[in-house]
Amino acid sequence: MSAALPSVAIEGIAFWHTRLPGWATARAVIRGERDAPPTAEKRPTPSLLAPTERRRAPDTVALALEVASGACEAAGRSPSQLRAVFASTYGDLGISDYMCATLAGTPTLISPTKFHNSVHNAAAGYWSIGTSSHAPYTAISAYRHTFGNAVLEAATQVACEGQSVVCVAFDVEATGPLGTVAPSRGLLGVALVLAPPGSESHRALTLRVEQGSAANITPARSPAAALVADNALAPCLPFFEALADPATGNVVLALSDHSLLHAQVR
Amino acid sequence: MSASKFRQLRVTAYTVCTAAGTGRAATLNALDERRSGLTRNDFGPSPLATWIGRVAGLEADPLPAAWAEWECRNNRLAWRGLVSDDFNDEVAAARERYGAERVAVVIGTSTASIGASEDAYRRLEPDGRYPPDLRRPIVHTPHSLGNFVQHALGLRGIAVTVATACSSSAKVFGQAERLIRAGLADAAVVGGVDTLCGSTLFGFNSLELIASECCKPFDVARHGINIGEAAGFALLERDAASGPWLLGYGESSDAHHMSAPHPEGVGARRALQDALESAGLTPASIDYINLHGTATLKNDEVEARLVADLFPSRTFASSTKGWTGHTLGAAGIVEAAISLLALEHGVLPGTLNTEQLDPVCGPQIRRENERRRAQRALSFSFGFGGSNCVLAFGRGDLQ
Repeated sequence: MSAALPSVAIEGIAFWHTRLPGWATARAVIRGERDAPPTAEKRPTPSLLAPTERRRAPDTVALALEVASGACEAAGRSPSQLRAVFASTYGDLGISDYMCATLAGTPTLISPTKFHNSVHNAAAGYWSIGTSSHAPYTAISAYRHTFGNAVLEAATQVACEGQSVVCVAFDVEATGPLGTVAPSRGLLGVALVLAPPGSESHRALTLRVEQGSAANITPARSPAAALVADNALAPCLPFFEALADPATGNVVLALSDHSLLHAQVR
Repeated sequence: MSASKFRQLRVTAYTVCTAAGTGRAATLNALDERRSGLTRNDFGPSPLATWIGRVAGLEADPLPAAWAEWECRNNRLAWRGLVSDDFNDEVAAARERYGAERVAVVIGTSTASIGASEDAYRRLEPDGRYPPDLRRPIVHTPHSLGNFVQHALGLRGIAVTVATACSSSAKVFGQAERLIRAGLADAAVVGGVDTLCGSTLFGFNSLELIASECCKPFDVARHGINIGEAAGFALLERDAASGPWLLGYGESSDAHHMSAPHPEGVGARRALQDALESAGLTPASIDYINLHGTATLKNDEVEARLVADLFPSRTFASSTKGWTGHTLGAAGIVEAAISLLALEHGVLPGTLNTEQLDPVCGPQIRRENERRRAQRALSFSFGFGGSNCVLAFGRGDLQ
């Protein structure tokens, strides 16, 4: 049995990875039109944050705000008008490592700033503050199925509320002992602006929920796959491979251990 | 495409498990008899001087062997909640009715099982690796909770964990309602679980938001929060003959500060207006409000002003944090469950521990319990990162 959502328009796309900094670069590498830049970027510097905040912001916040802003800009949408779905497999692994290490030694010395940046909705909170948006945001997680759930929730909001949604997913590098059980390397952030269908100039996304197991998931096939494979958000790549191809494409993402998201991009 | 209209859902089963009691009957008794679940903090190796809402006996109550992969305090509490009031049997019946793939799981938490990672860091191997018993990746992710709940209930559809701090397990009602409205599920298990852990106890301590004594919501001399732990679940269905109604909900963002509410309650007001609008209600039709009422200086001030401005004096409003402590990511479901108990039994809980209400409070905010038939209730959840959610519930016999 499967259930489908009405089609939505993909108005904006953003992508940032340590080796593929920006959608134009990532798309060209995915299409085999160029090689990835030889050196890795450290992290993005989102213009939404003031210069002092840019330095202080945790990696998750810098990354999420960079791609969220990028997708809104590509869509020509004012960020303050959009609902937002933020998703991350692990949240800020560096801050979790700091919290656990400090709690094991000197718990009363926890930094209040690190604590409030440790919440899973920190990036979403900074986004709403930076864009002065009172629209609702959410912050979700679904382990290896995080990206599929993010796209589904965003498209469901578009369908139910008739409003545009910015969908943001990100994972950062693990540090310390936590990295042995929650492995993730580099920074990978992606964002989409999804909207009610309008002009013909945008690509349409149709989603269908169906039953199936991990064996049915579309594998990443492009030259970008090896570059992002060790980041926890790597399962998003096949979707962006479909976006990089102007032809109609079908991608199967995971929603849970037994359910799948079939995405068609036209 | 035009927006589809919010569709009211029935709550066909629910349960709650806090320091004040396990299950609906024990919770109702504690509320009725004004028996607090708060105790002196004895959690962890170096407990802070505060009071906590600790659920008794979790240490000696491991998960059934089949769920050993998910073993941790947070999932133990989740399991205790799932078997309270035979909630898991109610879900099994829904699974039979609709199919395991048509019952979604949308569950909230703030810290999930971070306590397991904290434990690992206290017991690291000499080479820096986790101790062997904690090398279970699933418990070191926020989705530990949603993934466990889905497996423990034998469900095979959508499963997602919502982590927006203190609004988490209120927002799950909205997300689940949208999934059902869009036809992606016929029913949904919503709820939330948060357990005591060093991150929240010492984290809120670093922000100087922890009270050294029992929390006193809306008291003129309130000094901060007591952290509690809790599990709560509700089953939402589209086509059911009985059960209280989820009448509506509203969500918003403060866009103000990561750890302080907007001083004029701009976001809270917006979430409230949206909740009333989606439910087709006005403030005059609200009998009971379960406030967020954390007992921090700012939250209670903003919330009291909002209630005094918008509601008639007959609306009965209170904070139940004096019974349970602030259960953070579980607060939404705990207070939704208390609101449903109030509607079902006509027991409106006052505000425990509070001696002298802050003058900013209007006549709506009550200290004493009252027995009164209530038809419609709101539950407020306002969290870190400025994430707000207001839920509206109605008695099942409402026309």
